Amino acid sequence: MKCNRCEKPATFHITELTEPEGPKVLHLCEEHAREFLATDSVSPSSAISSVLAKQLKMEKVAEEIEASDKKTCPVCGITFAEFRKGGRLGCAYDYVAFEDDLEPLLVNIHSALGHSGKVPKNLRGSPERQRQLAQLREQMKLAVKKEEYEKASSLRDQIAAIEAGQLSEEETTDEELPPSDSFQSNPHDEQ
Amino acid sequence: MKLEDLAQQSGEWMSGHGPESDIVISSRIRLARNLADFPFIRKCSPKDRADIATEVHRALDSLPLSADTEYVDVAKLGDLDRQFLMERQLISHELSEAQGARAVILDPSERFSIMVNEEDHLRLQVMQSGLDLESAWERIDKLDDLLESKLTYSFTKKLGYLTACPTNVGTGLRVSVMLHLPALVATKQIDKVFRALNKINVAVRGLFGEGSQFMGDFYQVSNQTTLGRNEVALMSKVKEVVPRLIEYERRAREFLIEESKQDLHDNVSRALGILCTAKKISSEETMHYLSKVRMGVNLGLIGDIQIPTLNKLFIHTQPAHLQKLRGNKLSVTDRNIERAIYLQRHLSKPTINENN
Ligand SMILES: [Zn+2]
Ligand SMILES: [Zn+2]
Repeated sequence: MKCNRCEKPATFHITELTEPEGPKVLHLCEEHAREFLATDSVSPSSAISSVLAKQLKMEKVAEEIEASDKKTCPVCGITFAEFRKGGRLGCAYDYVAFEDDLEPLLVNIHSALGHSGKVPKNLRGSPERQRQLAQLREQMKLAVKKEEYEKASSLRDQIAAIEAGQLSEEETTDEELPPSDSFQSNPHDEQ
Repeated sequence: MKLEDLAQQSGEWMSGHGPESDIVISSRIRLARNLADFPFIRKCSPKDRADIATEVHRALDSLPLSADTEYVDVAKLGDLDRQFLMERQLISHELSEAQGARAVILDPSERFSIMVNEEDHLRLQVMQSGLDLESAWERIDKLDDLLESKLTYSFTKKLGYLTACPTNVGTGLRVSVMLHLPALVATKQIDKVFRALNKINVAVRGLFGEGSQFMGDFYQVSNQTTLGRNEVALMSKVKEVVPRLIEYERRAREFLIEESKQDLHDNVSRALGILCTAKKISSEETMHYLSKVRMGVNLGLIGDIQIPTLNKLFIHTQPAHLQKLRGNKLSVTDRNIERAIYLQRHLSKPTINENN
């Protein structure tokens, strides 16, 4: 039997059991098997690009795809098109900035939405906080440039306060989202 | 702890203890975590990477971990050392090949490792011998709590732990169980078994290591999704499948014995014979025969060899290990000679000529 990816004989037979595609048997030569196994077990970027391709073809017209691709994260500057190519996000705020585009993708990958499971005691690490900090730092830079030192100093205090964990109310935006257990399929999951 | 010392010993997960350890080599759990104050890796500047490493290093120093816990600066390691850690399954291919500041924190008995600046800022990994996901979860949960007491993770109530790749978001959990399934491979039933296990959201693949030498008789079962179910539920998905695989493997072994015990005995004894007498042997060939011998020992067809010895040989006969143990770089040909010598030294005493 020949390797699925080249002309060499296949000496490795790798079975991947995936849902919903079902088991997939790959016959590979040593070199290609090694290359294949060197990637993470679900090969995330290929999974994402295939899901995205499906999604884009089925549900979206060209203008919509273009509009999605142009979306840019205000914190790290990544565009949705860049994410689509590499399969990796640029910062935590991307989950907020690209929410509408990521949601169907997450449903496709996980057949679920909504976190269930461990919650850290320290909940200061929301992406919203990241965005606030980025914004304040930008404003501070501008204030310094304009030699508005009083304003800059006040901004610096605000930044320090956020960094020290004194949260402002508007940061807890994920409260208004649906309860995480609404997507659970069986009560056993609750723990 | 030096890497040289690590080369001499074998990790707890190779000890061959724990439930079902004739078939289940190890249980592993990893958690993906990111620090809230930094962008994800692909948008990190070199300074960001260095700052992450420093922050994690500082956090670790203030935690009640064993004094022998070692922070290894992977960016400063040579090719051989990085390959060595990869063969050992302590770092991934991705971490090894990445550029810029990156590190791995090693537990001296290899019960856990923490990769810094891999795909995510932190990849915690806990390893356990045999089938024991509960203990593994308990330990990684505690380790995660410790780190979290010093670091602020990126997290939202809606999506859980935020990760660079949406495939890991939520729990950030990957549970995997490594199984040795030589009889299913020998009886050509392995693909059929996997097909029968369809409809379950788990990934099964043949492997040995990641980006290192491997042979087909080792398989890894792991969860595929991370969002929408809690850690215990995700673990139970994998736990559902493993007993069935064990059962199929045991049946296949019985079948091989019933069909012809003499043939099987001949087959495993020849495998041992080659390992004990070869003067040059490749890594692939070694894995192939070690797998047969391991099954032979488990079925009582070969005496005088301990399973932990064999588990250790699977790792220690890999290229970087041989060179670390030898203390210098070796060409492929020299490695094949060194490997043969190493195997003989460790397998020399068994009674391969017994006639029962
Ligand atoms: Zn090939
Ligand atoms: Zn971003």
